[in-house]
Order: sequence, then C-alpha cells, then structure tokens
Amino acid sequence: MKHIGKPVRRNEDARLLTGKAVFVDDVHLPAMLHAAFVRSDYAHGRIVSVDTRQALELPGVAAVYTAEDLGDYWRPGPLLVPPPPVEEKTFHARTQVPLARDKVRHVGEPIALVLAESRYIAEDAVELVEVEIDPLDAVVDLEQALDEQAPLIHDDLDSNLSAEVRQSKGDYQGARRQAAVVVRRRFEYDRGASAAIENRGIVASWDGRDQHLTVWDSTQAPIPIRNGLAEMLGLSESQVRVIAPFIGGGFGPKIMMFYPEEVLLPWASMQLQRPLKWIEDREENFYATTQERGQIHWAEIALDAEGRILGVRDDFLHDAGAYDPYGLTVPINTQCTLLGCYQVPNYDSHFKAVFTNKPIVTPYRGAGRQHGVFVMERLLDLAAREMDLDRAEIRRRNLIPPEAFPYDNEIIFQDFRPLVYDSGNYPRCLERALEMIDYDDFLSRQQPKARREGRLLGLGLVTYVEGTGIGPYEGVRITVESSGKVNLVTGVGTQGQGHYTSFAQVAAEQLGVGVEDVRVVTGDTREFHWGTGTFASRGAVVAGNACHNAAKDVRRKILEQASEALEAAQEDLVLEEGKVYVKGSPESSVSLGELAVRANPLRGAVRHGAEPGLESTSYYGPEQGATANGVHAMIVEVDAETCQVKIVRYAVVHDCGRVLNPLILDGQIEGGVAQGIGNAFYEQLHFDQTGQLLNASFMDFLLPTALDMPDLDMDHFETPSPLNALGVKGAGEAGAIPVAAAFAQAVEDALQPLAPGLEILEIPLSPNRLFEILSEHRDRRDDGRGDA
Amino acid sequence: MKPPAFDYHAPRTDEEALDLLSRFGGEAKILAGGQSLIPAMNFRLARPAVLIDLNGIGDLAYVVEEASGGVRIGSMTRQRTVETSSLVRDCSPLLHAAMPWVAHVQIRNRGTLGGSLAHADPAAELPAVMLAMRARFRLENNEDERWLEARDFFTGFFATALAEDEMLCEIVVPCLPSYSGTAFREFARRHGDYALAGCCAVLTLEEGQGDSSADQTIKDARLTYFSVADGPVEAVQAQSLLLGQSPAEGLFAEAAYTAAQTDLDPPGDIHASPAFRRQLVEVLTGQALAEALKKALEAKD
Amino acid sequence: MTVGRGERLYCGAVETGRAQKEIIVEVNGREIRRSVEPRLLLSDFLRHEADLTGTHVGCEHGVCGACTVLMDGEAVRSCLIFAVQANRRSLTTVEGLQAPEGRDLHPLQEAFREKHGLQCGFCTPGILMTLIPFLRDNPRPRKEQIREALSGNLCRCTGYVKIVEAVQEYVSRTGGGA
Repeated sequence: MKHIGKPVRRNEDARLLTGKAVFVDDVHLPAMLHAAFVRSDYAHGRIVSVDTRQALELPGVAAVYTAEDLGDYWRPGPLLVPPPPVEEKTFHARTQVPLARDKVRHVGEPIALVLAESRYIAEDAVELVEVEIDPLDAVVDLEQALDEQAPLIHDDLDSNLSAEVRQSKGDYQGARRQAAVVVRRRFEYDRGASAAIENRGIVASWDGRDQHLTVWDSTQAPIPIRNGLAEMLGLSESQVRVIAPFIGGGFGPKIMMFYPEEVLLPWASMQLQRPLKWIEDREENFYATTQERGQIHWAEIALDAEGRILGVRDDFLHDAGAYDPYGLTVPINTQCTLLGCYQVPNYDSHFKAVFTNKPIVTPYRGAGRQHGVFVMERLLDLAAREMDLDRAEIRRRNLIPPEAFPYDNEIIFQDFRPLVYDSGNYPRCLERALEMIDYDDFLSRQQPKARREGRLLGLGLVTYVEGTGIGPYEGVRITVESSGKVNLVTGVGTQGQGHYTSFAQVAAEQLGVGVEDVRVVTGDTREFHWGTGTFASRGAVVAGNACHNAAKDVRRKILEQASEALEAAQEDLVLEEGKVYVKGSPESSVSLGELAVRANPLRGAVRHGAEPGLESTSYYGPEQGATANGVHAMIVEVDAETCQVKIVRYAVVHDCGRVLNPLILDGQIEGGVAQGIGNAFYEQLHFDQTGQLLNASFMDFLLPTALDMPDLDMDHFETPSPLNALGVKGAGEAGAIPVAAAFAQAVEDALQPLAPGLEILEIPLSPNRLFEILSEHRDRRDDGRGDA
Repeated sequence: MKPPAFDYHAPRTDEEALDLLSRFGGEAKILAGGQSLIPAMNFRLARPAVLIDLNGIGDLAYVVEEASGGVRIGSMTRQRTVETSSLVRDCSPLLHAAMPWVAHVQIRNRGTLGGSLAHADPAAELPAVMLAMRARFRLENNEDERWLEARDFFTGFFATALAEDEMLCEIVVPCLPSYSGTAFREFARRHGDYALAGCCAVLTLEEGQGDSSADQTIKDARLTYFSVADGPVEAVQAQSLLLGQSPAEGLFAEAAYTAAQTDLDPPGDIHASPAFRRQLVEVLTGQALAEALKKALEAKD
Repeated sequence: MTVGRGERLYCGAVETGRAQKEIIVEVNGREIRRSVEPRLLLSDFLRHEADLTGTHVGCEHGVCGACTVLMDGEAVRSCLIFAVQANRRSLTTVEGLQAPEGRDLHPLQEAFREKHGLQCGFCTPGILMTLIPFLRDNPRPRKEQIREALSGNLCRCTGYVKIVEAVQEYVSRTGGGA
C-alpha cells in the first residue's frame, strides 16, 4: 500500500489554517436579511397570544412570522428513523413543529421568526414580540414522567410514553435461578450537550429569476435535506441545491433533521424574495440543538461461581425530550451495546422512552452506547468485588473468543439488521491494555504505596464494542480530468474527520496519483445527490468502500485506454505517478491527462456503447455493520479534601480493522476521549423542576480545556472486517464511549480507603457530586453502625 | 447574542468622563475593560443606555510606588500589566499571586483592575485581595474626591459604594508590615473559571523571637474569601482566634474550621452545595495559612 | 399581517437612533475606514465589514476563544470589544499571519498541519492567534506552559493532544520565538 495506512497530512488543512475555509456564517450575499427567533421562556405551556405588531414597527424589520402565517406549510417534521422491526414494541411518533402553535413543549422552542436588516435589529425585534403563555407543570424527572398525575406533553396521547421495546435472547429468569451471584443496581446517566464550537447555521437564497433555491446548511446530511425541502416547498429536487460547506464540528446533533430553522429559512426566502441568514448563537444552541444522554437503568447480572455471565436483565427509562423525530436509535444502541465484548447467553432488555419538557434528544457521539457500556462494566466491577475476583480476570473469563466470529447476539440493531459482530480479537486488546497501564505493577506496588502515603490512586479498566459502518449506502464519483488531476465527489458531509484526505488516499491508491492530486468535494448536492449523511461512524466504511470501488473502476478504464494508446496488453502496464507505461520502459509513457482527453474525444467516432471520460460512479451499501472494539484503562488520583480528580495515565487499545490514516485515527480517538472526559466529569445540563436550564453558557457548562486532558498512550490492532473490501470499521465515536465507565471505576477504586464499599453508579460526576456521594456513604455507614 | 443599542462616549480625560457621568447618572455605565460588562450585554442581561468608555484616558493607567511604600494603581491599568509588574510583585505579593487566577490571558490583556473591583462580582478574586490588603480606593465625581477602605467599598451582591456620578480612579495597596507572609488559594472547576471558593491569607508575626514557628506570635491575621458570600468577606472570628497565638497546625485547623463553620454561610448553586463550599473554605484556609506562615518566616531570615 | 417595513429595501446600515461613529482601524497592515454603530462587536466588524471571515465566533461571551485576534500585538477576545474601541488601533487576524518566502503557511500553521493539530478547524484561527504572542514571550515553553496557554481556547475535536504536539514541533523547528 502506497497511501492507505500512511499518516498522510491533510489536504484541507491549508485552507482551514489560513482562515480561508468557508463555513456557513462566512457566506454573505447582497441584500441578505438576518433571522432571529422568539423562543419559549417556558418548558410547558399553552400559547394564549403572540403579538408581533410592535416588532413590525421597528425600523429595519422585514417580517415576523408566527405559526399562523405558515398556512399549509406548517406541519410536524418527518420521522427521520422509523422504529426497527423488533417484535415487542410500541412507538408514538411526535415530531417537532416549525413554530409552536398551541403549546410549547420545551424552553427555547421557536414561536416566531423575525427577519431584519441585521442580527442586532432582529434581536431587538424579538424583544418586542409579546408572547402570552399559560404555563403548565413541566415534566422533567424521568421517573415521574409516566405517573398518572403527570401533565401530558402531547395531549392526544394517554401518557408521556414515547416508546416501549423489549428484546431478549435465551431465558434470563431460568439463568438467574442457576446463578451463584446476582448483582442488581440502579444506574443514572444525565444529559449533556455536544457543544460543537461552531453553532448551527443556515443561509437560504431563493432566486426568483432562476427559480432556484440554494441553501448553505451546517448539516451532516445535505442530500436528505435537499430532498425534504423540495418536497415541502413543492419544488423539483433539481431546483434545490444544499451545500454543507466546512462544518465546525458535528458530533451527531447536526444530523438531526428537520430543525425548525431549516424548514423556515428557505420558505421565508421564497416569501420575501431575499437571501436570509440564521446563525444560532451559543445561548440558542443550549435549547435549539438536540441533546442526549438522560437514562435511568435498573440492571441485574447473574453469574456462576466462576464469575461467568449467565445472563443480564436491564430495565431502563430513556429521556426522549419533547419530541422523538429520531425514533429509537439512541435507546436501541444502548440496548445493543450493553452486551459489549462478552458472551451473554441470556439477555432480557426492556426500555421505555418518555417525553419530557426538555430539548429533543437525538444521537450525540456514542448515541446511547455510553450508557450500555457504563451499565455492563459497572455490573461486572460490582460482581467482581462481591466475588473477590480481579476485575481484569472477570472480563477475561467472559470475553467472546477470537474463534467465535461472526458472533450473533440474537437481537436487532439500530440498522434493522441482526446484531452480529463481524470480527475481532478481544483478549488480545485486553492483555495489551493491561500491559500498557502496568496493571500488575499498579496493583502490587503503585496503589499500595500511594495508599501508605495517604494518596488516593485508582484504576479503571473498561472494554467496549462499537457497532459502526451501517447502511444504507453512500456513493462516490471519481473523474480523471484532462489536467491529470482527480476529482472525487461524494454525498457525505464532513465535519472535521479528514474526509478530504482519507477518501483521497483510497482513490490515490488505485489511480497512481498523489493524495494531494485528488480534489475531494463533499456535501454539495449539485455535485452529487445520492446518499444519506455522516453518522454512526460510517464515513470510512461506507463512503470509503464506495471510493475504493469507483477508483478501481476508473483504474480499469485508465488501463483500457492506455492499452490502446500504448498498444500493449493491460497486464503489462504500470500505473504510477500520474502516468502509465509498459513495464520496463518508463520512458515512453502516457499521462493520465492525455488518457482523459483520449477518453473524451472532440471529433471522430467512438466504439459503440463507450462511456466518455475516465469516470466512474459507485455505491456501497453494507449488508450489516462492522463492529470495532477497544479497551481503555486509566489511573486517577483523587484529592480527598477537594474531590478534584486528576487523570494521571490513560491508555487506549483500539481495533477498527484496517487503518486508512493513523494520524486521523489517533485524532478521532483523542477527541473522543476528551468528550468522554467532559461527559464523565465536567459537562452536565442542570434543569430545574420547571424545566429551566440553569447553565446555558460556556461559563457554566464546562468543556474540558487543554489542562484537563491527560496525555494518551495509544495502540492499535487491525482485525480487518470481512464485510468490505477495504477491511475497515468505523472509529468516529469510539473514543467517547467507554470513558465514563472507566472514570467511575477508577474514582471508586481510588476512594475505597476513604470510603470502603463506596459505589459510583452515576455519570456525570463533579467534585461537588463526589463530595455528596462521600457524605451520603458516610451517613449510611454511620446509620448502619447505629443499628448494630 | 448581540448587545442592545447604546450611546457611546469616549472621553479623553477623567474630567470629561466625570462630566459625562454627572450628566447621565444612572443611565450611564462605565466601560473599562468590558470583560464582564460586554458578555452581560451580549446576553442582554445588562442594557445601559449610555456607555462612557474610559479606554482613551491614558492618565488612569499606571502602577507607581506610593511614598509610604505601597503601590498606587490607576483604575484603568490592565490586569495583565498588574500581573507582570515587578513593583506589584515586590510590594504586594498577594496581588501578584492572585493575578494569574483571573480568567485567561486574553481576558487579562483587556480587563482592568478598577473594572473588576467596581463590578464587584462576588466570585471575583480581586475584591477579596483588596479586602485582605486593606486597600484604599479613590473615588471621584466632577466636584470632589473621597477615599474609601476596601471593606466600605464593597457593599453587597455586585454592589459598591460608588454613587451614580462617581468613578473609581485609583487603588492604593499598602505595604504589609515587616514579618508578614501572604497566600492566595482558590478552587475552580477549570483553570481560569470563577472559583467555587477562594481564600486570601495574610499573617504578620511579632518581631524578634526565635527561628522556629513555635517561638512566634501572630501579631495580625487576615483571612478574606470570595465566591462564598454576596461579596468579598472577612472571617472575623477565625482571625481573632489567631491573634496573639503562636502558629501551630492545630491552631490553623481550628481557625480554618471556624472560618468554614462560624464565619461564613456560603450559598449553594449547581457547582457547589453550601456544605461543599464550607469544606473547600476549610481546606483552602488551612493551606493558605500554612503558606502565609512559611512566607512570614522567610521574611524573618 | 407579517410583512413590516422591510418591504422597502434598506441600503447600508439601518439607523437605530444611535449615532454612528467613524473609525479607522489598521487590520493586517491595511487601513479600514468605516462608520459603525457603537454596539457592533469587533468580531462582527472583522467578519462582516472587513470581510475577514477567518476570525470565528463560537460563544460571544468570552469563553471559547475562537474569536481571538491581536490588538496592538496582544491576544484579545474580539467578541468582548466594540468595534469603536478599535479606532486607531492595530489588529492582526489569522489572515495576517505571513508565510515565509516560497511557502504557503506560517511556520506555526505548518506545524499544525504536520502534527494534525486541527480537525474541523473552526477553533484553529483563535488558537493560532493566542499562540503567536505566547510564543513570542515564551520561546521555549514547557509542556505545562503550553497547556496553560491553550486553556483559554476550547477545542471540541482534537482533545488538544495534537495541538500541544504541534506547538512543541514548532518550538523545536524554529528554535523558539514567533
């Protein structure tokens, strides 16, 4: 391999580093108006009236729209992901509306759209729109959402149940009866925000002369946005062009569609015949962009006397937020990922997704997988403690052995396909991680020594799988241009993952050109209009393999042309450095540019049925997802007095099959770990009982800084996926998935001398929360002593 | 997050500024570094009708030695200038030690000492430093000037003794007596954040006496705090407990406990419960006293 | 009725009853003269008036650091300064970083590319502008100092690991200084 697997420097960097890359907010059009939204101050309430008169009087205000003004255009958004074909399920689709009409269901829900000459004036006008809302009690607490007395968020439903699903394999109750040990706990995982540094944004420009709509959108899925907009606006798909330019981080919420703003701006641009821009500000982002992670689990693990898992049972509540446009993806991911790297012969998993008066929940990096890993890994830790087993050993005893692949988990995954792991070598990853973190030395020497010195040192060790690279499909078109350079176009958007480079590497490998000679275009529907988007760690797998196929086909065409040009058999040709020559005589070569011209003649005749150009379009749709896996291990030191936690060491072993670009892969893992650390110890959205968010700013919602990130020690194994030609698996979300579970384990371990028997059953943590947990533990112990 | 409209004035002298202040009174707000005011305006939590921008008044930015040995600092002196001033480092080590904890360098490059003090954020470091240093503030209106002690300047939650037509012009940080040591401690979630609790300690020892700490007598003790009340606050009972005593671990622990449990009644918020804040106060006080003592003993060498 | 006075097309800035101020600002060595509303944030001025969209806006309350630029050589948050306050001051944005003769990038930018110190690249301009004066004042920083210097800039993609490596790479290549 010349390019694949090499740490190639990125093609896109020069533009980004010099400030020349175009993000949505950098699009400026003549006569453009700026949008701002009147948003609900209440989490739950009935709209009594919306008075826009004063706002309309303000100089510089072009228009103010309420739900009433939308007429037939007002309708709930589409259900983005229908429920998978699981037998035992209930699902009530209640999707978001463009502007709230009768009711508001979360703080920040849009009520009116203001368009003005500047964002400054638009915000002035927002303050002049008088909204009267009759507040209703808010549903905030997950456990109370299904109470009979709970206020109804969607009046036409009997309860706040969004969905209920049971998936099982084997006979858990039977297995439980055989168990030597059963551990049951309640686990809680609270909400956070993805907080991409670039907020969302949309520029919509309707050209009345051309009858054409152009939309710049910070979306991870430009093609479905185009198709949906065309349908909603009654336009032909060819009349709509959606461009997802450079995107300043996505992490999941930018795949959500249709956001109200996405529906409204294009429509209003057609109404006003002017280009419009809306750039979400940071405060709006805390309400208007989707969030994730609220779940409560009651989970139980049954083991035999040797610590082998007999079965797991899990009941959980999932916080869907005010609407459920993304269907069951997040809780299904939780349900499926919980099984992890382990052989679990009997599994009974049941969840209820509930509506709450909080912003909508859709996937955010990990997309429910964190929760599953957290519950399973914590159960194993607690079981190990109860059985006096080493935590590495209990994992070792339960790992799926390398010879068991493909491994069928007998349940249905988020892609509607059976959850079958394609390949992997889990024991090898575990042993390597133990080595990297000096596991034996830590237990026998470092930790005892620290404890003697009164220092609280703890270790966390967690394994995980990540279902990646799911369907349906993506496509790529590759063209060799007359300059000899290569143009590669794909429908998936890119948000920093390095697609401009990794796709170029895959193409360059086949086409005998430099990676820098491949110009990659992503996320522009005028260039390519088949595909779904960037999500579920699937870019490298799905679009990557489409690249590979297209490039192979172009290579075939190149060699056909060259064979004619050089009058030589194809198998005697060498394709490298942008030219083709006959083996052994590199001096008489023909360049790719010349071949491209030959393949697209201006005069003369072509062979019957010949396609012009050195071009090919190819699609790839995997039959099922590829399963990546890994192990994270960390050592923390906890300050007993301040409850501050410092991560002293961090080791990652990761296997995502064939690596396309190790530099980019490491970056993905490191970024994921940082978000995992944020999730574990810094980032928590605090809602009060009325559904008000108490920390809607970067002053109070804490993202980790450079000082909060440890150095990482990383190693990769490559167990190729048998499912695709490149042998790749996805890696986008992996880094973030196991961190919280490892962090909780490490902190719990560290605190044992101070609080023997202490258990950490929740995420996120904070110094304050650790202080409370310690106090509660102390109180319980004191009570216990009192009883004795 | 765009600020509401305002009328803007950029006076060139402090007389001009004071005239504008007297003209607009409560309608006007002084724009110093703007590092707290402008975010508040961007959130539309502050909406002054008039801004009087002091950044064009060069005369208000200086750090000079006071005749009596302290430091005089113009209110418009950038925090970064205070941080890097060798005069401040030598004359007021407590202020010097506190500066790097004020947000990040990009903020300190713009933020001013006077702006931070007049803003009187209960979570801010500098008001508590001034309280510990017994700093004095020169306030002016267009007719007169007056001097206030730090403890009289800070009057409550984001509140000061500044009248509507008054401006904070100068801060005098007096020198500490010989054989003094100081320490600054805070606990924040991330470096640069407002602290969950913070403590300034000043210890002054009686002169003479032996070398070991057991031989010493505490002549003066000051313990001030931020982020644990509605403004900077002094732990009066903990201080009096220390006075006239010989410094010892047990004594410091008792003082720390008294500060946390008796002197202070900290509020709770999403980042820290009252109980956790008390815990932090106790921990930080203990650390700060130990370090202040160490410095005071060094001063004796 | 929803359509307001905007039915008429405004030319130029809309008067909001507040006096506009004439300012002259030197940006990347170029003098820019504009009449601006006092409330216009410097970040918006740079992006929309000076058409220098390399300076990004991430939070508009001074925490994320994406909008960091140099004012008279020192790093400041351009979202926490009004454009009128930049009158007769000298500004440098990411577009003002000069590549040496024959290269396409400034050596610090080069080090970021080399070490993969950026992913989505949105926070990157602010990070570069924070580092320029830091490296000028600390030509041979220790790792902990680099981390502290970066702590006022949020990056959501990289976990900072490769940003720190990029700075180290730059220091070792140039022998320090900016």
